[in-house]
Amino acid sequence: MRLRLVPQDTNYDFFKYRFVTFGISGVLMAVSLVLWLVVGLNFGIDFRGGTTIRTQSESSVEVADYRAAIDPLGLGDVVISEVFDPSFAANEHVAMIRIQSQDDQQAVASDTIATVEAALQEVDPSIRFTSVESVGPKVSGELIRTAVLAVGAALAAILFYIWLRFEWQFSLGAVFALFHDVILTIGIFSALQIRFDLATIAALLTIIGYSINDTVVIFDRLRENLRKYKQKALIDVMNLSVNETLSRTIMTSGTTLIALIALLVLGGDVIRSFVFAITWGVVVGTYSSVYVAKNVVLWLGVKRDWSKPSGGAGTQFANIDA
Amino acid sequence: MLQIETWKRVLIWGLVALGLLLALPNGFYGRVEAYNDKVAAQAGDSTGVEGWPGFLPSGLVNLGLDLRGGAHLLAEVKVEEVYQTRMEGLWPEVRNLLRDHRGEVGTIRLQPSDDGTLAVRIGDPAGLDRAVKLVRGLARPVTSLTGAGASDIVVSGEGDLLTVQLSEAERVATDDRTVRQSLEIIRRRIDEVGTREPTIQRQGADRILIQVPGIGSADELKAIIGTTAQLNFQPVVTSTSDPDSRVPAGQEVLPSADQEGLYYVLEQAAVVSGEELVDAQPSFDQNGNAAVSFRFNPSGARKFGDYTAQNIGNPFAIVLDNEVISAPVIQAHISGGSGIITGNFTVEESTNLAVLLRAGALPAGLDFLEERTIGPELGADSIQAGKIACIVAGIAVLVFMGASYGLFGLFANIALILNVGLIFGLLSLIGATLTLPGIAGIVLTIGMAVDANVLVFERIREELKTAKGPARAIELGYDRALSAIIDANITTFIVAVILFVLGSGPVRGFAVTLGLGIITSVFTAIYITRLLVVMWFERARPKTLEV
Repeated sequence: MRLRLVPQDTNYDFFKYRFVTFGISGVLMAVSLVLWLVVGLNFGIDFRGGTTIRTQSESSVEVADYRAAIDPLGLGDVVISEVFDPSFAANEHVAMIRIQSQDDQQAVASDTIATVEAALQEVDPSIRFTSVESVGPKVSGELIRTAVLAVGAALAAILFYIWLRFEWQFSLGAVFALFHDVILTIGIFSALQIRFDLATIAALLTIIGYSINDTVVIFDRLRENLRKYKQKALIDVMNLSVNETLSRTIMTSGTTLIALIALLVLGGDVIRSFVFAITWGVVVGTYSSVYVAKNVVLWLGVKRDWSKPSGGAGTQFANIDA
Repeated sequence: MLQIETWKRVLIWGLVALGLLLALPNGFYGRVEAYNDKVAAQAGDSTGVEGWPGFLPSGLVNLGLDLRGGAHLLAEVKVEEVYQTRMEGLWPEVRNLLRDHRGEVGTIRLQPSDDGTLAVRIGDPAGLDRAVKLVRGLARPVTSLTGAGASDIVVSGEGDLLTVQLSEAERVATDDRTVRQSLEIIRRRIDEVGTREPTIQRQGADRILIQVPGIGSADELKAIIGTTAQLNFQPVVTSTSDPDSRVPAGQEVLPSADQEGLYYVLEQAAVVSGEELVDAQPSFDQNGNAAVSFRFNPSGARKFGDYTAQNIGNPFAIVLDNEVISAPVIQAHISGGSGIITGNFTVEESTNLAVLLRAGALPAGLDFLEERTIGPELGADSIQAGKIACIVAGIAVLVFMGASYGLFGLFANIALILNVGLIFGLLSLIGATLTLPGIAGIVLTIGMAVDANVLVFERIREELKTAKGPARAIELGYDRALSAIIDANITTFIVAVILFVLGSGPVRGFAVTLGLGIITSVFTAIYITRLLVVMWFERARPKTLEV
């Protein structure tokens, strides 16, 4: 007895409500952009500079006490948050403290960190500092630039590769779908105020990688079917292709999500935001492969005659030298 | 139909066996690590070392700082500092040269400057052109590939003021040299302290990345590499309590290291500098206080000997990083070229200072742009959590695949397990570093690795509906799924490469596991699963096929 997530032969009409689905995608993208611009991303120290201190103590974390100890030091914006994770032991209480970078210093001031640590030690003698990270404003500026460059380079490289292997319409469709995924991820990070740092950029690139993987598989089938069914309308060929690959799409997304959810629950809090981004991206990426990339291709139209070398359509017979 | 030549089979299994063999040491991490340390202690000779068979590979996956704990520093070398030192070094030459032509240029006076230029005022403005020409004669060609042909200094004159500075080409060459020297000295210092597998890399034009696993905090690391350790022996002019006292050019005011409010006026040109030290060891003076004993090389010993012979009864200063550690009075001619530095040292400080002096001074100071300390227990927690997540994810995917594809699912599962083994084998082979995001990359690979198999199996299912028999369906399934597998994985691989090139630290670790995971998963899907299917098919010869 086999587990079948998808019936043997499906014939769903994926493009029946294409205006609705594309509309929803459009609205979500718009909402994400607005959230990004209005609420903004909760940048980690990688991108804004500053210091984060991770504390661990035997007694429970009293954020107010911590704040009372740190505020008199006059360090500007200090964010203190308690961290919860199912993997923590009963007497393991973890907090994250983020301190803004101190007036444009290029180098990182270790005496600032030392005073903060001393102040906290007075509040709670059992406190330990399991990680301390500081990034100067000079580096954080460069890291932003590199991150934007990385995402841009990835999109450009994919645009080029798909164009080479398929057609420019596919290429645009794929890259538009990737934009969609990236923007939606930025949107949810803005909405939930999850910390956005270098690892999140890596997650974004992974999402791009996963989503394009998914998109390409369906494109590949579309390319094959376009050769096979020359008379069918484009929309029908597309529907057929999506249906034929549906089982695979669900299987692969399924196994990937199983692995990611295991990591999300059991992998510890340090990489949770990273794994969350990828998990979100797999869901969004799977959706966008069908509903965004294909829709774009559908609207742009495709040159149908793949078997013959390109040249002016319908002029093959005019070329009497051949 | 469905035939794979024997040599291909042998090759495939050979590669798998090789990969697993390379991955094997990671199963006995602690043991192999101890073994490798012992081998390294014997200068790479493994004879007689217990704990691990010498004929087996002993390469391990390095654990990144976020897994092992340790300190990470990104330092920027203040390359401009060297310009000023170079100009100060040029002064005696310029002085002697112009002094020989006093008749044409008049008296010469050094003007104070601190922006990497040497400014000299001459008594006779009419002789300026002559002076400029003379000083230009001191220029040497730049010793670098790109700057070949250019000269190292730019000399200009205005009124009665002659200025010398490094040329653009020479600055570029100097910067490069400074960073390389700093890198070398940092490496020597860290090696002296003796920690396992430090990473010391140049980044960009003027930065150095230092990662030391196992060290308690970034502050400790900074104490070792942040000190310039510029040691000079300078003649003392006088002592004073006024830090702002005006001194003639060529002299400087420096504070005492241990007495607050005491300052020394010193000749700027050092008699001997730390570069001429050949050895420094922690020791004790006759009163039992911690001290550092040192020895000069022959030329340093001669200079020091000559100076002490001529200046008996005068004080001279031992200056470390612009602080006077002590200013003893020269009692006698010191000829042996060795001596002892006393100060208010603790034993630990004297040990550290000896290390720094042995390793040599940094040519320029360092700015720390980024520092991270990760405690070992946090790393251990992360490894533990990552392990559990990997196992749970793996089992869940195995069950899911088995339930969905039955026997074929089992083949895919074998391939998946081999796949993880091969990733570790490759990571060990290239000595890659496993980071926490890297573990996430492996988990993600576990999820995605089945993709290629799924593509093939789904295709075989489809072909079964139309094809003539099971063998034909399997063959067509593999053939037709190939283009999708290749295109899909190349695009993902492009992303991994971009991540690797532009990322740093943990992100790079993720890119490595993701990229290797793509290679191994394509290999296992196209070759191993297929071989398993073919081997099964040869034996069972099924009339019908259920995938």
